[in-house]
Formats: sequence, C-alpha cells, structure tokens
Amino acid sequence: MSGAILVWVLLAIVAGERGFLSLRGTANYLQVAAELGILAVAVALLMIGGEFDLSIGSIIGGAGMVIAVLSVQYGWNIWAAIGVSLIVSLVVGALNGLLVVRTKLPSFIITLGSLFIIRGLTIAETRGITGRTQVGGVKHVLGYDSAVKFFASTLKIPDPASSRGLDAAFPISIFWWLLIAGVATYILLRTRPGNWIFGIGGDPHAARNVGVPVDRMKVFLFMATAASAWLVATIQVISSGSADTLRGQYREFYAIIAVVIGGTLLTGGYGSAIGAVFGALTVGMVQQGIIFTGVDSDWFQVILGVMLIIAVLVNNFIRKRAAEAK
Amino acid sequence: MKTPIVEVRNISKYFGSVIALNGVSMDLYPSEVMCLLGDNGAGKSTLIKILSGVHRPDEGVYLVEGKEVHFNSPRDALDLGIATVYQDLAMIPLMSVTRNFFLGSELTVGRGLLRRFDVKRAQRIVREELGKMGIDIRDPHQPVGTLSGGERQSVAIARAVYFGAKVLILDEPTSALGVKQAGTVLRYVAQARARGIAVILITHNPHHAYPIGDRFTILKRGRTLGTYTKAELSREEMIRMMSGGEELEKLEEELRAFGDQAARGLANAFHEEELSEWA
Repeated sequence: MSGAILVWVLLAIVAGERGFLSLRGTANYLQVAAELGILAVAVALLMIGGEFDLSIGSIIGGAGMVIAVLSVQYGWNIWAAIGVSLIVSLVVGALNGLLVVRTKLPSFIITLGSLFIIRGLTIAETRGITGRTQVGGVKHVLGYDSAVKFFASTLKIPDPASSRGLDAAFPISIFWWLLIAGVATYILLRTRPGNWIFGIGGDPHAARNVGVPVDRMKVFLFMATAASAWLVATIQVISSGSADTLRGQYREFYAIIAVVIGGTLLTGGYGSAIGAVFGALTVGMVQQGIIFTGVDSDWFQVILGVMLIIAVLVNNFIRKRAAEAK
Repeated sequence: MKTPIVEVRNISKYFGSVIALNGVSMDLYPSEVMCLLGDNGAGKSTLIKILSGVHRPDEGVYLVEGKEVHFNSPRDALDLGIATVYQDLAMIPLMSVTRNFFLGSELTVGRGLLRRFDVKRAQRIVREELGKMGIDIRDPHQPVGTLSGGERQSVAIARAVYFGAKVLILDEPTSALGVKQAGTVLRYVAQARARGIAVILITHNPHHAYPIGDRFTILKRGRTLGTYTKAELSREEMIRMMSGGEELEKLEEELRAFGDQAARGLANAFHEEELSEWA
C-alpha cells in the first residue's frame, strides 16, 4: 500500500502537470489496474494457497474467443456464449487443479504446460473455424446491449481539467475489481475456507492432518483464477466488440507481479487480497503514468521488473523485522 | 474389566516389501500415559499414523471403545476424539495463534452464505485456554513462528484438549526442546491425564518418558517387545530396552575386541622394531 502511494506521489510530481492527476488520467490508469486487479485478487488467493497459475493469460484469449466465435460465427445469444465460456474456463481451471493435486507436480510446470496448450488450441481452433485469428462484429449480436450494462458500461464524469469539456469515463470493471477484492477479503479473513487457504499454503501436511480438505480447496482456487480470467476476457470482448487469439499474453506474469508487490509470499501461506489490489493499482499507475511523463513507454517493462525485485526485497525485510520483534 | 478406549490387535502394515509393523497389539485406558518407545525404524510412527487415521492397517483390528473402526482420514479419527500432535507439523508458523488453534475446526456464526469464522470468540477462547496452562500470549494475532518451541507444542496440546480429545497422541513433543521447556510440556501432559485424557507419548528420551509414563510399550523392528507397567520396569531396564540393549552390548564387545586387536597390533609392531634394533 505504501508502495502504491509512493508511486502515485512520484508520478504526481513528475507527470501531474501533464494530466496524470486529472480525472481522465485517473480513469485511464484505474481501467488498466482494474483488469489486472481482477486477476491479481484471484491469483493472490491461489498464491496464498501455495500454488501458481501461469495459464490465466491463455484462458483470457481462449474464453474471449469462445464468446466471439459462438456469438458471431454461430449466431448464439451473447449471454449463452458468455455462459458457455464461463463453463469452459471453470473446466480448464478444474483440470489444472486436478492435475496438480493428482500428479503432485509443481503447479508452475502443470500450468506452464496448459499456458501453451490453451493458447495453441485457441489459435488452431479459431483459424480452423473462421479462417482468421481475430473475430470482430460482437457489437451486432443478439443480447449485446444488455451485456454492455454488466461488462462495459462507464460512469461519465465531466473532467474540469479538460479544456475541450471531455468526460472522464470510469469503466464498470473498476466496480467488478473492488467487488471481487471485497469478497476475497471477506473469504480470507472471515470464513472457514479462508482459514484453510492460509493453512494449505503454510503447510499442506499440517493442514491435512487437522482435517482441512487440501485437494478440494486447491482445485477450487484454480477454478477461481480461471473464472477471473473469464471475467476479464468478457469485459474485453464486450467493450472492444472483438476477440483476438493473442489476448491476455503475459497477463499471468503481470498478475503475479501485482500480487508480490502487494506483499504476498511466493512460497504461500501469507498475503492478502487488499495487497493485490494495491499491487495492481501500482502496476496500472506505472504502465499508464509512464505515458504521461513523456518517457518512451518501452521502458515500462524495465520499471516493472525493477519494481518486482525491489518489492520482494522490501517485503522480506519488513517480514523479518516483524517476526523478530516480539 | 473396563474396555480400553483404544485398542489394536495384531496390526500389520506393509509398504511394498517393507514390513513396517508385524502383528502389534496395544491397549490404552483413560487417564493414563502410555509411552511408546523404540529405536528409529521400529515402527512407532507407522503405529501412530494408523491410530490417527493417516494409514490403514493391512491386517489386524482397530477398536475404539470396544467397537471396530476403519478410518479413511485423520478427520474420522478426530471425530472420535483421537487427536494427534506431530513433532514438526504441529503449527503453521506464518499463521496467527488463533488461526492455527482453530484450523480445520473453525468456530462459525450465521448460516448459509453468511456462515462465517467467529474471530472475536475464537480469540477469547484462545486467550482463556492458553491462560489455563500458563501461557500468556501478548496478542492472539501474533504469528505462531514467534512463539518458543515449548509454547508451540503447548498450544497444539491445548488445541487438542479444547476440541474434546479423549485420546491424545504426542509425537516426540519434547525432542527439540530444552530442559525447562520440555518440563512445561510434560506438566501439561500430566494435566491432560488428570482431566481423564488417555495420552500416547512417543519419545526417544527416557528421562522424559519415565517420570510421566504409567505404562511403556517397546517396539523393535515392527514387533512389540511387550507392554510394562512402571512397577515392572526399572528406569535402567527401560533405557536398555529402548536403546536396543543387546545390540549395544554386542557393539561394546566388538569395540573392545577391536581395541584389543589394535593394542596387540601396536605391541607387535613395537616388538618387531625392537628386534630390528637388535639385529
């Protein structure tokens, strides 16, 4: 959280004059942060539970394509397509989880495999069915207008800083992000499964010995990250009106970075959903803020990598201090 | 005759071609401390894993209060009041004392979607329960990792007792502790016994086992060498049987023989040297 404030202050000093502080600038980075934050909150739960999911970027591409192909190519109502896409995503998440639990291989390996399998399937199937790798025209399908209300509407506020009287548009994804973060926080801190998540990440054997259904929880957590990828895919497809087989690339890594910046331990057992919210906010501010500073946005990835390493060092230092202070 | 709270008859367990337990029988009554003794690989941990529901026996019967049971998971054993506190797996260091205490058996309020972990009540109970055994936790939010080893074991024992354990299985609870902390844990074991709980104590340390134990079961290579009451077994005999007395004697003899040989060898060498000097 302090990191997010620090980044905000830095960007406010450097780029405040150029529009970073304006309402439109704020809406701009919040949109990026929201789409990342939806993923990061689910990934935070999974990582606290001691596992990784590298396949969510590919699930975003696949889930989006399922919606677009079913609705545009086969003329389905968009809601039916969205529903089927959710089911497909949940099945993929459950398969990830079951493979991890049954094979006892590191989830890093299993989901690295599914990253390529899902991306490859998405590209091959889409090209096989449509002959292209991008599918547009979602805006003309049945039920699109009602879907916009849930996934792509915006709250428009006139931006006093805009000389041309433009509105700042806050997308509904921000609402989804905060809602999911709220639910995730409640689950983590106030429910039995929340306590189990900390337990299975901290020490799966100890948790199993006191009767926690470790395997079932892990499968659920993989289904949750897959569902978060589906939500982001739906938001993107509805708001852009098209799907691309390459959507979501590297999102799995951005999400992990956001979660780690938010203070969650890579080894599991410790972390928070709120931390992931601020982690996503930090990444979003840097990604969009860098454009306001006038620095070439190619530098974003450099800064992201440096931030990740600094965040881990700082978190380790703070945790060590906290553990020693009795 | 009372029925034992826990009894196993002719239990065997195989892991592939390895015979971990071979026809072991043991019984346990309320308000007693049974010490389970034996060398590494004697089958102690396999036996307690069967008792706690982690493993299923391949042969033999397992009775709880006279009724035969077949456990599929530790949860089944817990439901019958058989709780196990493992040496290294007792607690999760990064989780708070309260969260550890209630892990797997969280207190809840509300119903359906609103069913939630009652954190406030949980914290109060943890403070009370630990207070009863003389542990003053400064903050129930405190991670367990900041507690000392003895405190951690005591919290784990307090947890088992609080959740209605009738049988408490303690796996090497004192092995990693200093004298003073081990004393704290043993005192708490005595307290649990006074409350009518049956305790199975696994330990390597005869100085911890003898003062607290009522009966002693000694395992060796998957078989039992018998169960003895304190009256039947002196401390010295117990130590001898625990550490595989005969083997130690054999080893001692061998070492002595080796020493003799070496001494003779040295003497011979000296003799030769002497001779060569004469030549």
